[in-house]
Amino acid sequence: MKTRAKSGIGIRGLTIYGILYLVFLYVPVLFLPLFSFNDSIHISFPLKGFTVKWYEHMFANAELLDAFVNSLKVAGSVSVISTVLGVMAARAFTRYRFRGQRPALGLLALPLVVPGIILGIALLIMSKWAGFQLSLITIAAAHVLIATPFATFVMISRLEGFDPNLEEASRDLGESGWTTFWRVTFPLALPGIVASLLLTFIESFDEFILAFFLSGDEATMPLYIWSQLRFPRNLPVVLALGACILAASIILVAFAEWVRRQGVSPTPKSENQ
Amino acid sequence: MENRSDFVSLRDVSKYFGSVRAVDGVSLDIAQGEFFALLGPSGCGKTTLLRILGGFEASNSGSVHIDGANLTDEPANLRPVNMVFQNYAIFPHLNVRQNIGYGLRQEGLSAAEMSQRIDEALATVKLEGYGDRGSTELSGGQRQRVALARALVKHPKVLLLDEPLSALDKNLRELMRVELRALQQKVGITFIFVTHDQEEALSMADRIAVMSDGKVRQVDTPEHLYEAPATREVAAFIGSMNFLDGSVEGAANGMVTVNAGPLGKLQVKPSGDGAPAAGEAVTIGIRPEKLTLLDKAPASGDNVIKGRLTAASYLGERNHFFVSVEGVDAPISVASQNSSPVDHKGWIEGSEVWLTWKPEGARLLLS
Ligand SMILES: Nc1ncnc2c1ncn2[C@@H]1O[C@H](COP(=O)(O)OP(=O)(O)OP(=O)(O)O)[C@@H](O)[C@H]1O
Ligand SMILES: [Mg+2]
Repeated sequence: MKTRAKSGIGIRGLTIYGILYLVFLYVPVLFLPLFSFNDSIHISFPLKGFTVKWYEHMFANAELLDAFVNSLKVAGSVSVISTVLGVMAARAFTRYRFRGQRPALGLLALPLVVPGIILGIALLIMSKWAGFQLSLITIAAAHVLIATPFATFVMISRLEGFDPNLEEASRDLGESGWTTFWRVTFPLALPGIVASLLLTFIESFDEFILAFFLSGDEATMPLYIWSQLRFPRNLPVVLALGACILAASIILVAFAEWVRRQGVSPTPKSENQ
Repeated sequence: MENRSDFVSLRDVSKYFGSVRAVDGVSLDIAQGEFFALLGPSGCGKTTLLRILGGFEASNSGSVHIDGANLTDEPANLRPVNMVFQNYAIFPHLNVRQNIGYGLRQEGLSAAEMSQRIDEALATVKLEGYGDRGSTELSGGQRQRVALARALVKHPKVLLLDEPLSALDKNLRELMRVELRALQQKVGITFIFVTHDQEEALSMADRIAVMSDGKVRQVDTPEHLYEAPATREVAAFIGSMNFLDGSVEGAANGMVTVNAGPLGKLQVKPSGDGAPAAGEAVTIGIRPEKLTLLDKAPASGDNVIKGRLTAASYLGERNHFFVSVEGVDAPISVASQNSSPVDHKGWIEGSEVWLTWKPEGARLLLS
């Protein structure tokens, strides 16, 4: 009995610790949606009343919508480009043995650990030196740099659990390299590809520092939000926007994770018709 | 139609991986409809040779012909050859029917023809009713059948199988030996299969190529390989054999006399044509079951060895003995069938025994 009571206390202690941890982690984030529905310009308690006007303001704001569209363009192209590069790199790393493989993998991961501010300054200096006009394109290029390692690691983990004999079996049964890719490699890698598209999209959509250094006269979403922080009047709109982004990110990440864990997808019915 | 004996023909095929000679100057002719085994220890190049035939590995030199056509530089997808992979390589995202029909897509068949071909293949491997199973819901034996059906449905000229039974458990493996052989007889396709299990090769194949270190050492029927191995290496790999070293003393009346040192003078038939020259170092190979164990010296005759019984074990269907002879390192292994119930305890370890054999039971091996 005694030990049981004791372990009960232990478990209770851990439970309390766990709850506190989650509170510390998520309550600040939850202030975003909370104050975005508060009928006051001031971000303080007590709450004044429920309103959706900040959301209305948000949708009426042309500058904000521009920034949103810019971010969609950048993040959309970044996710496609980095995922394509990631698939090719991951295939090379998992299918072949070549000299310098491990150093290459290490160098590929480097942008993940180089501080963003250093990368930002370096890329800015390089763009100036090379004479590139700063624009959404330079932002996207920088984002591809940091998203490609992500995409590559997601794809490597997918392709590693994938029997190379399957591709040979397809060749053996008469398919060329290209049709083998579409009939075997692609369907089996699809969960990884979808996960990589979503994760790199979010990575680019959220990114601030590189975008800050490399933007021209068009802003992405994080840049726009940052620019609005100087105007306390606009803060509730920013909160509404933040709440929307938060909700969308959670949904996308959860979906990406769910897709990534899907083993073999159900067999397509159109096969062999 | 006359079955051609060089239906599959390899000429001087070599494949190097860096400094490793995985396949080293292999020439082989395999007849149409033959069940042919590549047998050898791990790492001897069997898989590499099979992959060269399948078109998955380019040889560094030599040529591959199948049914008269030079396929040396033909890619895998254009060869009239199909492969059953060691792990079966069943496509996990397709069901059984889709797996089997995978290779039919480029053949330009109508949906009905394709469906019929798949049904035939399912019937051939006795998987009727399993067509709609997901490929992840199959047992090892069923996966093997799907892999077989998927290859056979293409009506290949040659079917390649890499250790097709090694992924199965022991009972199923023995059953599948018989079934695979029966299947091959039924479809009449040339099968080339790789194994490191001599019993598998002996029981299934029409002919066996014994390989070691990338080279083919002997190609023969199972009976010949067992009874008349060409070299000591082949003899040691197929079954077990006692090797008695000596030197040629002379030849007379179609028999060679070998001075085997402490074993005395032994008579053996020369293998092949011509007796070896006097003084040449040779080895006499005798299988354990060709030896007869006696508890007293035989009345007469050549080929008698006197020794001491060092171990006797009862193994159910047979008895096994080791006899050591003074001055000879390796004990001689003797096997005798338990055809009538005898009390093997009658053999007392440590007692003096005599071994004898019929001259045709021994092989003269050149060292
Ligand atoms: N892709 C490769 N790269 C480098 N060396 C290889 C490669 N494939 C095979 N080898 C080497 O070639 C030799 C023959 O290999 P192979 O796989 O043909 O042997 P095996 O007879 O099939 O052996 P096992 O019974 O173990 O399957 C081995 O020494 C192996 O290490
Ligand atoms: Mg092998």
